[in-house]
Amino acid sequence: RAMELPSSHLSAARAAAAAVGYLRYLRGGPGRGLQLRELRRARRQDIDDVGHKYYLELELEDVLDKDRTVNCTAEVLYHLGSKTSAPDVQVTVQGELRSTEDADQEFYNRIRSLEKELVAENIPDSHGNVPPELEPIHRLAWVASGYVIWQNSTENTKFHLAQVKHVKQVKRSDEDLQFDFVVLLHEMVSQEVLPWEVTLLWHPQRGARVAQSRAAGAGS
Amino acid sequence: DQVLHIIPETIQQVQHLQLLCSTFMLDLWKPLLPEDIRAGEDLHIRVPAPLVQEVKESLAQHMISYRVLIPDVQKLVDQSMPRERSSHRDVSGGYVYTEYHPMEEIYQWMTQIQKNNSELVTQHILGKTFENQTMYYLQISQPSTKTKKIIWMDCGIHAREWISPAFCQWFVKEILQNYKTDPKISRFLQNLDFYVLPVLNIDGYIYSWEEDRLWRKSRSPYENGTCYGTDLNRNFNSSWGSVGVSFNCSSNVFCGSGPESEPETRAVAQFIKSKKSDILCYLTIHSYGQLILTPYGSTTEPPSNNEELMQVAKEAAAALTGKYGTSYRVGSTASILYSNSGSSRDWAHMIGIPLSYTFELRDTGTHGFVLPANQIQPTCEETM
Repeated sequence: RAMELPSSHLSAARAAAAAVGYLRYLRGGPGRGLQLRELRRARRQDIDDVGHKYYLELELEDVLDKDRTVNCTAEVLYHLGSKTSAPDVQVTVQGELRSTEDADQEFYNRIRSLEKELVAENIPDSHGNVPPELEPIHRLAWVASGYVIWQNSTENTKFHLAQVKHVKQVKRSDEDLQFDFVVLLHEMVSQEVLPWEVTLLWHPQRGARVAQSRAAGAGS
Repeated sequence: DQVLHIIPETIQQVQHLQLLCSTFMLDLWKPLLPEDIRAGEDLHIRVPAPLVQEVKESLAQHMISYRVLIPDVQKLVDQSMPRERSSHRDVSGGYVYTEYHPMEEIYQWMTQIQKNNSELVTQHILGKTFENQTMYYLQISQPSTKTKKIIWMDCGIHAREWISPAFCQWFVKEILQNYKTDPKISRFLQNLDFYVLPVLNIDGYIYSWEEDRLWRKSRSPYENGTCYGTDLNRNFNSSWGSVGVSFNCSSNVFCGSGPESEPETRAVAQFIKSKKSDILCYLTIHSYGQLILTPYGSTTEPPSNNEELMQVAKEAAAALTGKYGTSYRVGSTASILYSNSGSSRDWAHMIGIPLSYTFELRDTGTHGFVLPANQIQPTCEETM
């Protein structure tokens, strides 16, 4: 009952972007940045009274380990009629992702030992450059924006992170690192650039979670 | 010299690698010090050419697997130097094509290009933008007794897509540098003229340099100057205003107050209409997405010559992939991207230009509009 879609079909591409957002939120970190290389296969199922479900086969890569291919399957269910609920996404990664334990710990120690809280803006800059010491922060922005993208995706949207407008570290009394991001999301169908404020908490063993997120006021 | 990428697996391998480094005085790129070499972590070492064989044999003997990260260090160094290679004619006085340039520099470049290549290139005025900037196109035409068909290419209709004007400049440079020596290019020029518009939306482009890197539209004011910009690629007279647009100026797909309401659109449309019987191919360059898009955006009805359009596009995509493995998708805008009306590409096809394509260059979202300058060269080379 699931209909095969040409893998270049726009609905398949949109569902893939939502799945990648979700996966980045779940598995991304300062030492791991997953991106989509190829959408291999897509099927779609219309479920009466429930919604539209996409079955995807994705080929991804870790930007820090580009020689390897990460294969995964994803299911994206867009709920019928609901404008306010996020699609249900399930992703299964085949095989092991490269361990980031050491890199994560090193990053954690480095940030914890900063005298002044980290602040940065325009990542990448206008010419696409990211200073090497900000690359892990950039990847954490992928995690944060991955959450927002997943939560806000519909069959009529395709989001990508356009730029990190601003990031500010907030020191905490517990062991988590906290970064308050303002990320600019590019939405392909409307062509709008939407600023979002996202507070991301991260810990080397416990991983990432979004504490809060909201659409920011009209941009500068 | 080569740079090898190794991930040592055991303490013994780490120790052997440390020994190799000190014995041969190898240049460690990552980590910086031999004592920081760790199992499970990336190791990059530069091995001088005379030692490559020996080092590789030693690695093999100790069952240490490696990958050649850089096969020729000198070549990479040479490529990253901003100077024209001596075997090429200097077509533009040392202009750096692997960087993004602001509009005044692009204007200077056009003047220089015509000056240095006057046997082939003429610069012409197309019209003016809303803010009164002059729109120029370059005509690359080999003198000949026969009238030649035209290939038109415009870049920078959307301000934030910086890789697009960078490609137009690169394209001109490649043609001019190689037309005497490259048989394919010289054959092209015997039979065809190239008309290249390096920046269509000049006002928007300048705005994206000075005020807002992610600006898309033109800079014409609406609603009493409280709102700016028309999406020029929704402003052409091709099913104008029907789908994929907004009539609200604050939208990024605002289609203007009517078809061809914008001076930039009129400048392009008038010119193309006047030459349409000679124009074989209309190309418009955008980013990002890695797509070759065929008509239409305004409907899923295929154009009359869809088979030919698709075949040519597929061959182009295959040739592109052959260069660096970059994969491009091919299909109509309405089926692989979104619905839109008023696009220049749809309009060109509707008035009778048979081969009309939109290129969406690198990448697929990782950097999006803010493509690093170090990708200008590979993007342009593969797109050539």
